[in-house]
Amino acid sequence: MAEHPQKVRPLSPHLTIYRWPVTMATSITHRMTGVALAGGMLLVAWWLIAVSYGPETFNFFNSMLATPIGQVVLFGFAWALAYHLVNGIRHLAWDFGYGFALPTANKTGVLVFVLSLLLAGGFFALAYLGKGGYYQ
Amino acid sequence: MSLETPLHKVGGLGSAHSGVGHFMRQRITAIALIPLTVWFAVSALGLIGAKEVSELIFLSNPLNAVLLGTFILISLYHLAMGLREVVVDYVPHEGFKLFLMLLNYGFAIAVAAACLFALARISIV
Ligand code: HEM
Repeated sequence: MAEHPQKVRPLSPHLTIYRWPVTMATSITHRMTGVALAGGMLLVAWWLIAVSYGPETFNFFNSMLATPIGQVVLFGFAWALAYHLVNGIRHLAWDFGYGFALPTANKTGVLVFVLSLLLAGGFFALAYLGKGGYYQ
Repeated sequence: MSLETPLHKVGGLGSAHSGVGHFMRQRITAIALIPLTVWFAVSALGLIGAKEVSELIFLSNPLNAVLLGTFILISLYHLAMGLREVVVDYVPHEGFKLFLMLLNYGFAIAVAAACLFALARISIV
């Protein structure tokens, strides 16, 4: 009977060996923002429940949001949404066959990070100033 | 004995045990989410933390309530499919995988139910 050798086999080079190209960073960030948005949905649920229960729960929710941690969470939510939106559009363009050439994908990758930060700043400013809901 | 055709069998051989339908659903929900997310970010997210009256006025408008409910439902559907993909990529153990799947779908259903109930309470007076 043939014995299978129990030697440790070499693995092909993995994540840690590469210099991080832009496309790799945008890819894993899309995944991380997607997972983080699960937390964002929890925040939306908490918000709606707090509003539906009346002034007391509403004020508690708002006071939690007003803490430094609350503001960081809110900005994180705005940024994750902005990033996932912009990079999601980039993904969809690829699926339709556009922008897949490496030089293009590198450029749009940098663009996605810049745009997402600008958008997130805008979204957060609206929330921070309480100016959402059609600018009331 | 299996009643599957050979073609159907090979279609399910990946770690996800399913074919291209999930890929398409992920894309279709993504396209629907583009306008909904822009709306959500500008009007609803922008309102989080504002005065109670402004939020109540906004949320009791039927158009806003329906748009928000649609955003939440499609997001959760897209999220559940996306998290499923993440789990099958990283978790080889079948039992733990099943546990995370149940958690995943349970999460989406619970959040959907909570959001819709709260929305109804706010907007149907
Ligand atoms: C703004 C509109 C959105 C667009 C255009 C979009 C687009 C996409 C696309 C194209 C994918 C597939 C990526 C891939 O195959 O690697 C994806 C994955 C995903 N999305 Fe979205 N999405 C949007 C909103 C959301 C929201 C609101 C959530 C969460 C509530 C979310 C959570 C996820 C998750 C968890 C994944 C899986 C990540 C992965 O497999 O790496 N997305 N999205």
